[in-house]
Amino acid sequence: MPRPGFVLDVDRSTPPTLFWRGEGFSLERLPVDRTRIIYPPEPLDGLPNLDGAIRDALLNPIDMDPLPSLLGPDMKLTICFDDASLSLPKMQRPDNRQRIVEAVLDLAAAAGVDDVHIIAALGLHRRMHEYELRHVLGDRVVDAFLPRGTLYQHDAEDPDNLAVIGETTHGEIVEINKRAADSDLVVYANVNQVAMDGGWKSLTTGLASYRCLSHHHNPESLQNTRSLMDRHHSALHHSIWRMGEVLRDSGPKVFQVETTINTEAFPSPFEFLSKREWEWSGRDRALFVGATKSLKRTPTPMKRKIFHSIESPYRTTSVQAGFTESVHERTLENVYAQHLVEVEGQTDILTMGIPFISPYNPESIMNPILVMCMGLGYLFNMYRGKPLVREGGVIIMTHPTYADFHPVHHPSYIDFYEQVLTDTTDPAEMAARWEKQYAEDEWYRHLYRTSYAYHGVHPFYAWYWGAHGLQHAGRVIVVGGDPQAVRRIGFTPASTLNDALEIAADVVGRSATISHLHVPGVLVADVK
Amino acid sequence: MKALQIHRSPARFGMARVVSAVSSAGGVHVGPLELRAVDDPPRPGDGWHRVHTRLSGVCGSDLSLVGGQASVYFDDWVSFPFVPGHEVVGELDDGTRVVLEPVLGHEARGFDPPFEGAAPGDGNDYAHLVGGTIDVGIQTGFCCATGGGWGPWLWAHESQLHRLDKTVPDERAVLVEPFAGGIHAALLAAPVVADVDDPIVAVLGAGTMGLATVAGLRRYVPGVRIAVGARYPHQRALAHEFGADVVVPDDQLLRAVRREVGCHVIGGHLSGGADVTIDAVGSAASVTEALSMTRPRGRVVLLGMPGEVSLDLTGLWHRETELKGAYTYGTETLADGTRARTFDLALDTVAEVRAERLVSATYRIDDHVDAIAHAAAAGRRGAVKIAFDLRTDSLQAGDLQDDNRRVS
Repeated sequence: MPRPGFVLDVDRSTPPTLFWRGEGFSLERLPVDRTRIIYPPEPLDGLPNLDGAIRDALLNPIDMDPLPSLLGPDMKLTICFDDASLSLPKMQRPDNRQRIVEAVLDLAAAAGVDDVHIIAALGLHRRMHEYELRHVLGDRVVDAFLPRGTLYQHDAEDPDNLAVIGETTHGEIVEINKRAADSDLVVYANVNQVAMDGGWKSLTTGLASYRCLSHHHNPESLQNTRSLMDRHHSALHHSIWRMGEVLRDSGPKVFQVETTINTEAFPSPFEFLSKREWEWSGRDRALFVGATKSLKRTPTPMKRKIFHSIESPYRTTSVQAGFTESVHERTLENVYAQHLVEVEGQTDILTMGIPFISPYNPESIMNPILVMCMGLGYLFNMYRGKPLVREGGVIIMTHPTYADFHPVHHPSYIDFYEQVLTDTTDPAEMAARWEKQYAEDEWYRHLYRTSYAYHGVHPFYAWYWGAHGLQHAGRVIVVGGDPQAVRRIGFTPASTLNDALEIAADVVGRSATISHLHVPGVLVADVK
Repeated sequence: MKALQIHRSPARFGMARVVSAVSSAGGVHVGPLELRAVDDPPRPGDGWHRVHTRLSGVCGSDLSLVGGQASVYFDDWVSFPFVPGHEVVGELDDGTRVVLEPVLGHEARGFDPPFEGAAPGDGNDYAHLVGGTIDVGIQTGFCCATGGGWGPWLWAHESQLHRLDKTVPDERAVLVEPFAGGIHAALLAAPVVADVDDPIVAVLGAGTMGLATVAGLRRYVPGVRIAVGARYPHQRALAHEFGADVVVPDDQLLRAVRREVGCHVIGGHLSGGADVTIDAVGSAASVTEALSMTRPRGRVVLLGMPGEVSLDLTGLWHRETELKGAYTYGTETLADGTRARTFDLALDTVAEVRAERLVSATYRIDDHVDAIAHAAAAGRRGAVKIAFDLRTDSLQAGDLQDDNRRVS
């Protein structure tokens, strides 16, 4: 029986705590008697027969007719799936999306459906490389559909292949992929790793245009998203759910398939990363020392290669299919069952280690903008109720924060770093002054459509993701980062955790209380 | 008199070239520059005045000579041994302060000017530079007959002199010559951008010449948007103050130009680019970069002296880029059609931008090794212009005066 997450009060007997530092990690001693560490629950058990569970979900959906009854010979069927931003790290093959798509294709073939398109729902993310498509969908699906042109990636900048479904009561235009809009049935294959994803968000971001996305991907929405992991208190999700209503009433029939996975992210020899430090065996300690020393001697590109090659042995904890809203409520229950940890009250300081990966740099570089996004966007938002740190408190992150960018994946990020961040770090100001220029830049548009670049506007979205955290924190300190890059993103550099705590004392005093969000794994603090 | 002098010595030039490849200032120790007692040059003829040097700047072309980097091209255009120093503010025997326009033009050499009122730099045949009544030499500071600014006095022809108002400080006046060069380069952009909507001129480098170019563009090329790539923070701050619209670190200029234009990047080149790029650096890398960021059928102006460089000119051929040199100054045609001498424009400009703040340090001529080292590392050391101070009324120059008396 996996143990639940818990809160450990640090005392003299507490061993040093693991902190991610990008493509590396360190052990840090946290101050005694004023620090608590929030540990995630242990990974839940997986379903014993995943393929059977998927088939069962398709045949016994929630609030919808069984999938076979929705399929017929003369219909247009479109299957959409989450892109390479999920899961992190990527799951070992076969990926859940492959299992779902193959099961749906089996049923479609049995029903005589000929007109089937498969679309990667990548929104404004970069296109997936073929090897990524093969990893996610499997060779059989890719070989059958890719050469015929019926497996492709959503293009949010192709005006001929976008369709307006309607408008919400708030004037938000719902514009999605035309093929999906014109389909008799859209099946969405999802992998749900955090509570933020899934539900109507799958279609209204993954298949949307920039125009559609800009209604909720903006500073105002993100500043009023409390939090990203709590859709009922998230302005972003409120907008998305309004769009979902338009889809429900005026759009194609959508059959949502969502799977939840546990937190078993690290295979051998990295499994010690998921353990609690005082339970490390002699082998774990040796592995930590060995890995740390060899990583220190390894060039950064090689380190990236090693970490991005990790394939996680996740187990799937649930599968649900049917009507999107009903499915997603069930999904959230299952996600929270894995992630929630009850925490009493807020502290003055929140510490967190930033890993090598975020949703926006699979097989790529964690540039300074993504460090901000991962820290203040994702990890800070891992709460329900109240943030772990009080308003005006200090957030301390550990990451090398090198000013290094992937030139193919993140071209507009480089300009954003050089031009926008030298002008302002304020989300609202940058939105007003710069967003349009980047969103409409023809070169970025060209690279997004034909190469493997994130959309020109994407660095803004990554920055907006941290808008609530930026507004909430009195100061953000990055330990071990390149000072120039750290200052460029508006944060304070520190050499060591102790230095960072000294700096933090100027804001919150010397006896400030501290929460450490233990990463990895993944948890959502339910702060009372 | 005691002056710094450069001799024709292939061995010393060679050694300086080798050493300066390792240390930018190292060439001064082994190179052709020497502080020595030199014979007073005889008066070249009528119309020549003795000018007592007050300040004389150290220019990039001086550094390339001292470091043995100068092209052999100049072998036939200079006469050894010569006293360097062509950025000069000085004083006539009657106490009148003057700025030197160093080009040894037609009148200085006893020829008729190419047109009435011509400046020393005007004319489309350079034969006069190696003929006439004085020895070969493109400018004062490269001619054995005239002396140069790195000595206590020099001979200057009436056609080279610009008399100064009393209110003009020496530190401002010594920048008139480089500013004239920068303004001339800026005005070479004017014909290309004349009929372009929202024209963009990129300036690569923000040392003295780059900054002078920015000031020239802002004053004399109306409506142009100026993007500057500058390596050092103080250079970027000055470029902003002198009127640049976009200022970025030098390695970001290509991307900044792309953002301004909204074009694509194809390989290492922009698909479009700046209408004109002015290269105020003058290296193979800077010329290559200038060619990469200039639009097809645009113009690259070489202001920094490039010397011997190795370049792939395929892009230039394909994009029909015009490569244009920018040497010194002369008579300019402004946007409104009026004509003016570049030096007059420079005198106005240095006053407007208070160019004296660019003079970061002055040295006695005895400390020339330190001066050259400082000038060679000016950007890195937070400096812009380094000059020799030969003023007899300054505290430092008191010693120099004694030395001069002793030597002469």
